[in-house]
Amino acid sequence: MNERELPPVTQLGMASLALIVAGGIYLSAHLPRHVPLGPAVALLAASVLLLLANIFALSRVKDFAWDRFFEVAKWSLLAYVVIAGMIEYAFLKDHVSGGSLVVLTLSLAVFSVHVPMLMGFTVARYADSEERVAA
Amino acid sequence: MTDTAIPAPAVHEGPAHAPPIERPDFEIVPRRGLVLVAVVAVLLIAAIESNKLWPLTFFHVAGGAAWTIIDLFLGLILGPIIGRMSIPARVEFTTRLMPKMVLIMPTVVTATLAAGWQLGVKLGTVYSFNPLHGWVVASYIIVGVMAVLALGLLEPANIAVLVELKKPRPNPAVIEKLMKRFIYCAGVLGVMQVATLVIMTKLSSG
Repeated sequence: MNERELPPVTQLGMASLALIVAGGIYLSAHLPRHVPLGPAVALLAASVLLLLANIFALSRVKDFAWDRFFEVAKWSLLAYVVIAGMIEYAFLKDHVSGGSLVVLTLSLAVFSVHVPMLMGFTVARYADSEERVAA
Repeated sequence: MTDTAIPAPAVHEGPAHAPPIERPDFEIVPRRGLVLVAVVAVLLIAAIESNKLWPLTFFHVAGGAAWTIIDLFLGLILGPIIGRMSIPARVEFTTRLMPKMVLIMPTVVTATLAAGWQLGVKLGTVYSFNPLHGWVVASYIIVGVMAVLALGLLEPANIAVLVELKKPRPNPAVIEKLMKRFIYCAGVLGVMQVATLVIMTKLSSG
């Protein structure tokens, strides 16, 4: 199967998700003690950088099937915003506050943008597969 | 659900006039199933809001059992069987299985993790002073790895296979590639579920 060259969106996306998951584990592993926020902030910052790099790399792809990308990504975004909202509700119910709440909320924001992006990308990269069948 | 004949996707491998493959008509996200998902979500929120032991244990144990069994069965039993099926059989099986997986897996995983966290808060196992806290942190790491695999590889492959199958002329090579990704991923998750079983039985037996 001939495939066009595309940036490593999936790999970068998974690395970004792994970083915020690591930050979440770091914060929750210290409960209920006070947690030094430095490592969690560093992991979050690295994750955001990967997200931005991913968006930049994908935006530079020529003739990408953006209509298909947004068709899938917008519904996934809706689903993952709902999921992120439920997780945020759990944080508030468990009285998470201050810096930890900020880090976890921003991590959820990265999560709810990056997962739909991966779904849209995986679908859109094969948007012209019918033409390849016909060829 | 009606069965629809689509032009044979086996263009690459057969004669020009290969018989059409029977492909069941399907919705990528089964809308009727969304009602059940909503019911489970409401019951889950009620269980967490009530903070009572039985409903939390029910959602965590029932959801966890379903999650583990599906991953183990799909990854280690069904996966290798699907891999040996003919392409038409694989296409038909996929169109019937994958839309259900789009709804079942996120629901089961959310119920297990949300109820499990609340149960951990109630029982004190999530707190660092608990003697079994190391095991709990190990379970976070395993669930974290599983989440990254599921969100980054498995779910996108699941949706992409369904979108491909919806096309009038699906490309069998694309389906093959994405299904391979899905099945390998499910296999890895199945193996990781064995580690989850070890940790959870240790935690429940103290």
